[in-house]
Amino acid sequence: MTPERERRASELAARYPQAKSALIPFLQYCQAQDGYVTQQAIRDAAEMAGITPSEAESIASFYTLLFKHPAGAHKIQVCRTLSCMLRGAEELQRHVRQRLGLASGETSPDGRFYYEEVECLAACDRAPCLQHNLEFHYDVTSQEFDRLLDEWRASEPAVSMPAE
Amino acid sequence: MARFEPVLMRGIGERDLTDIETYKQLGGFDALEKALRQMTPEAVMNEVSGSNLRGRGGAGFPTGKKWSFLPKDGRPRYLVCNSDEAEPGTFKDRMLLEETPFQIIEGLLISAYAINAAQIFMYIRGEFLEGYRTFRRAVEAAALQGYVGKRILGTDFSMDIIVHRGAGAYICGEETAMLESLEGKRGEPRLKPPFPANAGLYGMPTVVNNVETVCCVPHIIERGARWFASIGPEKCPGPKIISVSGHVNRPGNYEVAMGIPARELIEEYAGGLFPGRRLKAIQPGGGSSAAIFEEDLDTGIDFDSLAAKRTMLGSGGFVVMDDTTCLVRASQTLARFFEHESCGQCTPCREGGQWVARMVSRLEAGEGSDNDIRILNTINNTITGTNLCPLGDSIMPFLASVLKRFPEEFAAHVKEAGCPFRPAHVHAGAAS
Repeated sequence: MTPERERRASELAARYPQAKSALIPFLQYCQAQDGYVTQQAIRDAAEMAGITPSEAESIASFYTLLFKHPAGAHKIQVCRTLSCMLRGAEELQRHVRQRLGLASGETSPDGRFYYEEVECLAACDRAPCLQHNLEFHYDVTSQEFDRLLDEWRASEPAVSMPAE
Repeated sequence: MARFEPVLMRGIGERDLTDIETYKQLGGFDALEKALRQMTPEAVMNEVSGSNLRGRGGAGFPTGKKWSFLPKDGRPRYLVCNSDEAEPGTFKDRMLLEETPFQIIEGLLISAYAINAAQIFMYIRGEFLEGYRTFRRAVEAAALQGYVGKRILGTDFSMDIIVHRGAGAYICGEETAMLESLEGKRGEPRLKPPFPANAGLYGMPTVVNNVETVCCVPHIIERGARWFASIGPEKCPGPKIISVSGHVNRPGNYEVAMGIPARELIEEYAGGLFPGRRLKAIQPGGGSSAAIFEEDLDTGIDFDSLAAKRTMLGSGGFVVMDDTTCLVRASQTLARFFEHESCGQCTPCREGGQWVARMVSRLEAGEGSDNDIRILNTINNTITGTNLCPLGDSIMPFLASVLKRFPEEFAAHVKEAGCPFRPAHVHAGAAS
């Protein structure tokens, strides 16, 4: 572990009665730095929690917001569950797939965009909704998506999945 | 009809309640002062028991009773707040987290005092980064003013709040899965018993309470159990936030008196249906609940009235579907949700969920058969009630209820080899 990671691991572990509870927060921290959960991060997390790397990997694989492979820097997650579906989510999804040229779960060849259709984001009163790097966008029409996409294209996020 | 005077949502949308001074101006932390200075923990517990408060997370279990189950054996006790809101159609806890974090903190402190907790854990859904940030800032602000930490308000009561953010898993809203996740494991529900009251977080006696439940506590302490118990039905009283979404003019969170008729909620609060539309179905308690229909509009929105209609209040996610809705498509959306969110431990949920999603998807794509409908009509009892946790029991209720009420709509998908509600070219993409 790098000294910086070691420091962070101790800080996080100290928050909890048992160090293992810091496993997911630590992986979130590593992911925010590396863009996804690397094998090194798995080994570091295992060391912090006092478990084997394979156990740490099994735990990480359970959670959808921990990316096990490199994925686009702009992570666009569009809700596909009932309330959004009733208010135009399918139309939005078709539009987004077409604009990005991506199916759900895919990253663009240039590594900039990741697209995923996700389950209820708890913003059903302002449907359809999406999250961009965990930031909410509400009442997203096709035109609104195009506006957002222009904005995202012109920028590179410092952190794609913020931990804190 | 007079609107219910908001209790839990008071000031939201009008004042910045994420500012501690604003919260205090509205009487914030008065209940904590009262509890710590004038009441014993037993008195607080009695007040909450006497209010008949029932848990707002979904199960509706009496909160005071849940607290009373903790064994008096000297082991440290933990209070865990469930803010892992992910039930389809529910968005009240996210609002409380983002808009009124100090109310949650005050409720948690009073609850922790009542049950003599050693520590509070706040488990926030992974997707709620903004709510997580807001809540952490609020805990820091409260600590600076002596509401959190050592010797709160100069009394002997000390308490910290550990704020934890999940990483994406609906199942972690189930309380034992949440405890597993908080221990740094896969969020797989535990076999019960033992219940969390005896063997919860780190094996210690633990209470898990929902955010909205916790928010009720300061008001019960301030205004008394009798006041709370006088709102709505005797056996499940109090203010209740209902998240209304779908085909209504004004979707949103509405705080009402428990027991309000469904019709009044739709018409007086949510602005009614779109012009010219007719009601087809409502999910009154999130994606896990069976539907109610036009003929049920006078049903009270509360735990017992909805249970009498063979559905539930659940988390209070009230999803309205009008006559333009394809119920096969709606069923497919929900079946796919449960298929995706099953943790995979129990075979009926893991395998059954997949097969249900496949059959409904086939029907919606126009590739289904009468046999699919026959099977869907018979598997309710083999999936429901055969799993470790309520997720598996949530796959069938909506589907079974709409299949029973609108059998012709399912049959039409077979007969017409496609969805009568959708243009033909849409089928292929939508079936995935």
